[in-house]
Amino acid sequence: MTARQVRWARWAGGIVLAAAALYAPFYFVPFWNFEFSLVLVYAVALLGLNLLVGYSGQISLGHGAFFALGAYATAVLMFRHVVPYPVTLVVAGVLCFAVGFAFGVPALRLRGLYLALVTLSVALFLQPFLKRFGSLTGGSMGLTITKPDAPAWTGLAQDQWLYFCALAVAVVSFWLVRSLMRSRVGRALLAVRENETAAEVMGVRLAFYKTLAFAWSAMLAGVAGAVYAWVIGFVSPDSFTVVLSITLLAGLVVGGLGSMSGPVFGGFFVMFVPSVSQDVNEAAPGIIFGLLIIVVMFVAPTGLAGLLRRLARIRK
Amino acid sequence: MVNFLQQVVQGLGSGAIYASLALALALIYRFTGIVNLAQGEMAMFSTYIAWQLVHSGMSFWLALPTTLLISFAGGMLIERIIIRPVEGAPELTVVIVTVGLFVFVNAAAGFFWSFLIKDFPNPFPGGALNLGGVQFGYGTLGILGVVAVVMGLLYLLFQHTKIGLGMRAVSGDPVSARLSGVRVGRILALGWGLAATAGALSGILVAPLLFLEPNMMSGVLIYAFAAATLGGFDSPVGVVIGGLIVGVAETLAGAYIGFVGSDLKVGVPLVIILVVLLLRPQGLFGRPTVERA
Amino acid sequence: MRTIPRRIGIPLACVLVAAPLGACSQRGAGGGGTEATGACKGQQTTGITKNSIKLGGTYPLSGPASAYGEIPKGIRAYFDYLNKEKGGIGGRKVTFIVRDDGYQPPKAIEEARRLVEQDKVFALFETLGTPSTTAVWDYANQQKVPQIYVATGASKWGADTKHPWTIGWQPSYVAEARIYAKWLKDTKPHATVAVLYQNDDFGQDLLGGFTKAIAGSGVKVVAKQSYEVTDPTVSPQMSKLAESKADVFLDITTPKFGSQALAADAGNKAWNPLHILNNVAASTTVLKPVGFPNVQGIVSATYFKDPSDPQWANDPAMKLYKQKLAQYQPGADPQDQFHAFGWAVAESLAKTVQSMKCPTREGLRDAMRNQTNQMDDMLLPGITVNTGPKDGFPIESMQLIRFKGTRWNLFGKVIDTRKEFGPVG
Repeated sequence: MTARQVRWARWAGGIVLAAAALYAPFYFVPFWNFEFSLVLVYAVALLGLNLLVGYSGQISLGHGAFFALGAYATAVLMFRHVVPYPVTLVVAGVLCFAVGFAFGVPALRLRGLYLALVTLSVALFLQPFLKRFGSLTGGSMGLTITKPDAPAWTGLAQDQWLYFCALAVAVVSFWLVRSLMRSRVGRALLAVRENETAAEVMGVRLAFYKTLAFAWSAMLAGVAGAVYAWVIGFVSPDSFTVVLSITLLAGLVVGGLGSMSGPVFGGFFVMFVPSVSQDVNEAAPGIIFGLLIIVVMFVAPTGLAGLLRRLARIRK
Repeated sequence: MVNFLQQVVQGLGSGAIYASLALALALIYRFTGIVNLAQGEMAMFSTYIAWQLVHSGMSFWLALPTTLLISFAGGMLIERIIIRPVEGAPELTVVIVTVGLFVFVNAAAGFFWSFLIKDFPNPFPGGALNLGGVQFGYGTLGILGVVAVVMGLLYLLFQHTKIGLGMRAVSGDPVSARLSGVRVGRILALGWGLAATAGALSGILVAPLLFLEPNMMSGVLIYAFAAATLGGFDSPVGVVIGGLIVGVAETLAGAYIGFVGSDLKVGVPLVIILVVLLLRPQGLFGRPTVERA
Repeated sequence: MRTIPRRIGIPLACVLVAAPLGACSQRGAGGGGTEATGACKGQQTTGITKNSIKLGGTYPLSGPASAYGEIPKGIRAYFDYLNKEKGGIGGRKVTFIVRDDGYQPPKAIEEARRLVEQDKVFALFETLGTPSTTAVWDYANQQKVPQIYVATGASKWGADTKHPWTIGWQPSYVAEARIYAKWLKDTKPHATVAVLYQNDDFGQDLLGGFTKAIAGSGVKVVAKQSYEVTDPTVSPQMSKLAESKADVFLDITTPKFGSQALAADAGNKAWNPLHILNNVAASTTVLKPVGFPNVQGIVSATYFKDPSDPQWANDPAMKLYKQKLAQYQPGADPQDQFHAFGWAVAESLAKTVQSMKCPTREGLRDAMRNQTNQMDDMLLPGITVNTGPKDGFPIESMQLIRFKGTRWNLFGKVIDTRKEFGPVG
């Protein structure tokens, strides 16, 4: 196959994908649109986590906390009707960027394992913290918000509209990260991941870029959290337990670190594998879920994205 | 004053519980260089084995060594079956495998033994030693004693044996270790076996206090991590002192700092860890690692 | 082809994953439910026919709250018993679908939607836990699907007027708190009380109800400590509470923490308060690990028969439950109160379904809000299920119990909290 054909095949694939993604909400019943909206939400969150773990080599076991922050910021604003709902996306993103930046500064000094443990305890601390400020957050009862309806001119149902919102946010996020990785910042991050010392010697401002990676990463998690709040219409401390953070990291590693398609696979994994597990064994779905994680890691130590690349290479 | 001392003793008791599991975490980290998120669940599972043995008529003092042996073998087996296939994969892959193990073991325990609370025999007498109005529970004193013994053994193992030398080589750089003739596979399996044994001991010690059910150790795990991080994963003494500091700080802050209260006290170890790590990234007693570029 | 380009890889994966899922449904075709004709014209008959009825519930089958995952086993045993031996509910065979929500509200919503939109159940029976139920109830009410006999004691299921499709079953936590308050005011009018409570809706509801009920009386709360479900132990809280030297210890905990608190209380010889243990943790299976000699004289309140309590050993309803549970759910421990709870609530559901005037979702909604003295054989003698247009609380009576020897002893009379204290608002 010539280079030209490859390029053509890529374009064709992209068009098919775009067409499928655009047509899907008109084909599926509301339930599946809801499910796919959440896949997109998790994919965006994982995209952010990937920036941190996959590209800058910092492990976070507390990314659910940023996800929760974005969701809560959105829910609180919508519950009190402070701003129209599209604005909440911006607020959640900016807020999480700022908090992420603040976290990024001390995080710099913590290496692999230690950063993982500190972020894990942040995720654990989140729940009692949310309950403490009950007048704002609704306490342990949480907040129920009215899900945004489609504008009348679109003629869309609510589930379709929310799906398109999630899709739009996902597309923009993927485009942003792609551009980011191709820019100076991305090259610097990759250099840091490959060899920190060499990168520093070559004049990469290590501290600055790592902190920035943390902030971008938190921002994407926060944006995903905002869309999550629109789609689910309810937030409570029990929605964002430590389990969420760990599941996100597992989803990313299973999907594939350091690639653009990894977060998409991860989104599907996080969303569908738990429900598949209980179809297999209703008495103890955890047994199947745990086994599946282990088996996927055996078959694809570099994640599903890596497995696909490997399979493609075998076929050549 | 008596009340205050009582809270300190209470904190030491909690700290001993955290330290017991933290020792297992430190063990596996020293041997293999990975963090085993399933360590607590493995300890819980071992405790169920002990319970099953006692329940089917074995005396506690026979069931204890039997369980420790089974756990040692089980730990080695897990390393062979579950960890070996991903050896050499990125570190995170191994960590995620332990996440899978966590979920699996927890669900399996619930499946076999249900989620009802089991009564577990207490090896220590029930009462308390009364010193000037301050109560020292015998159970707590017993745990502190056992933790001190395990700590001593680990110290000897790490510092004064050939195995200690070998494992330091393996966790530092497995490839060079293998080249210089260290039997890496055996060291890794030994690490998993010993950590599982230490975990089993921890589970059996705390079961009479926390009550045995499948989620018994998941709450302890986070604090055990805090203890190990604070003390430094390298040093058994540091891990135990880290555990005691976390226990006392958390209890006192919960009891006496109004704003913290009993709901936000989980944030106290977080703050301690953050401060310690920012000042001393290797923990209070850990040795700074020299990294090769 | 040399490599599968990434851009094809992604859609390929989407198609692979999505196609089998999507094959089951298409938008517009059969998206809506079915409707009744005749006297019940226009009402929804989705999930119900002349000889079948389909129900679905969400429970935590995985994760930290899995203990509650035992409830559907009791329910399933009861439905199997009806299907195999009684011809179902009034000739309708019951299909009961259970989904796992892991005690996470977003999962509960997802699974509830799957049950309603995908499996097309007639009603949601039950959702478990206040957070999960709260997450689902707006959806259930928009879809006009009954969300019946939810497994949580929050008072809002009965007090709320905007969600006619949702109803609780067990006595509300507030009602239970009022019983303890009343009893203390009567017997220890100047008692000081120390409280340990779970820091969530359950703990706060019960504590709030208690505080309100003792307001203006001589009974005072002098110390309170909370714990999180993620805490490994409550013993620090207990040693702090012991400093108060209160006369009464009100123990608002779930089973594991209940055992820990009981053990801490028994171990502390310097503080010997009257121990009131809330109903959620008042199973003999919680007391036994602590040792019966250590829990003598503890007081609680209950409304259904504890299967681990020997006094019901020869009770016909209890014998039937134990026999059928062993037959249809072998391996399920009959001593577990959650199995008995499931059996009891399933019996209530069956009787409610039987009383429907129209075999429709609307019919069930009306029936569940119009029960008079419905007898549920697993409930204590003298306690019945009652609802009405202005009464959204099916069970509101409880009786005090005191632990003596190896079992609970009922004392005093059955207290109808609605008659005694007025409706919970």
